[in-house]
Amino acid sequence: MSIFEYNGSALIAMVGKNCFAIASDRRLGVQLQTIATDFQRIYKIHDKLYIGLSGLATDAQTLYQRLFFRHKLYQLREERDMKPETFANLVSAILYEKRFGPYFCQPVIAGLGDDDKPFICTMDSIGAKELAKDFVVAGTASESLYGACESMYKPDMEPEELFETVSQALLSSMDRDCLSGWGGHVFVITPTEVIERTLKGRMD
Amino acid sequence: MVVVKRFVLQVHRKSDMSKAVVDLPPKGGFSFDLCRRNEMLISKGVHPPSFRKTGTTIVGLVFKDGVILGADTRATEGPIVCDKNCEKIHYIAPNIYCCGAGTAADTEAVTDMVSSQLQLHRYHTGRESRVITALTLLKSHLFSYQGYVSAALVLGGVDITGPHLHTIYPHGSTDTLPFATMGSGSLAAMAVFESKFREGLTREEGIELVCEAICSGIFNDLGSGSNVDVCVITKGHKEYLRNHQMPNPRTYVSSKGYTFPKGLTEVLTTKITPLKEKVEVIEGNDAMEE
Repeated sequence: MSIFEYNGSALIAMVGKNCFAIASDRRLGVQLQTIATDFQRIYKIHDKLYIGLSGLATDAQTLYQRLFFRHKLYQLREERDMKPETFANLVSAILYEKRFGPYFCQPVIAGLGDDDKPFICTMDSIGAKELAKDFVVAGTASESLYGACESMYKPDMEPEELFETVSQALLSSMDRDCLSGWGGHVFVITPTEVIERTLKGRMD
Repeated sequence: MVVVKRFVLQVHRKSDMSKAVVDLPPKGGFSFDLCRRNEMLISKGVHPPSFRKTGTTIVGLVFKDGVILGADTRATEGPIVCDKNCEKIHYIAPNIYCCGAGTAADTEAVTDMVSSQLQLHRYHTGRESRVITALTLLKSHLFSYQGYVSAALVLGGVDITGPHLHTIYPHGSTDTLPFATMGSGSLAAMAVFESKFREGLTREEGIELVCEAICSGIFNDLGSGSNVDVCVITKGHKEYLRNHQMPNPRTYVSSKGYTFPKGLTEVLTTKITPLKEKVEVIEGNDAMEE
């Protein structure tokens, strides 16, 4: 069994019209046993920047704590929030530093940059950035997520439509993966508000 | 004869501070502190993850006025395509570009690092960077990591001494060639070069030949695909033609697409947080000086 399949996860981020959505599943397992059904995978860095961490849960939590610390330090020194592009470079550098003994995590970063332009990106566990203009996925359900997003994605979706699309893509992919599921957690961020919803999914 | 003996008095100082380990910020470079834990996991039968590779076709050739580099745009994670349009031609200096094959994180990190080092070197010397400088920096870094930094590069540029094209292998060996190919699609691309290359090509002929070689890799090699990126470097001028050719358009798009009616997804809880406008406090000194 691969180290990424120890805890199980499903993460997705999608771009809409002046908004973005980031969503995850809620299961935390130890191989095939489920031990939590309300596990948080998406963390807020600042009001307009969110990071989701898939892979080994312990590395995800450690990595989040290090990144949040670095961002707080940046805020104290620069007196402003970090831009999403800068944050993505920071995550990439921290992951590449551990090139020969990596964190077993795949981050998904989503934020609103200058002029509230949505920015999404994902990386492999050693920091190879992949910037996308439409959607990014990560986790054990990633193969199904790629397929679902490829067919369901449309450019320039409004926040309500984006929420429905992301939720349907996430739920349908989680149905095809044993290691992720037990509901969904979706954040839709627009320049004026953050809408956080939990989804009802199959509890198996 | 007098033998002088010196006794060194060793003072054992007992530290007043507790044995707290102060975590200094790392000075840069690789950190190996998770290696032992990862080896323990491997011994317990847990497999390490596969890294994103750019199973690739990258090419370069020297033409009449300079150097042309070409690359495909597919990034793979095992058998899955994770990026259909990634950038494999990396910037090193205004007159030097480098295509990268192998582990994506390694090619990006090593080219960024050498690019920064060359920028500092340019500030230091006040001169345009030379291709051979980039070559030496790259090969010494790769050799010192004995091939573990898995980056296979095609480096090309035009400097004061003329156009140069080099290939760099992950273990640190280099070749200087008039035309070169690297990556999983290198055999397909080299077949095209070997039959059609000649000295003194014009710009149009060179771009056409590079595109043909990359297309050969895209269509015949499974690790390469999507579009063709081309970069033309001449004396004092460079042109980065991103997605110069797109021979694989997406034709299966459904015209209607999927439309999900609002309220289709069952929602358990909703929490709406309005984002406050950040208030800027402007220091008003006038108020105090009355």
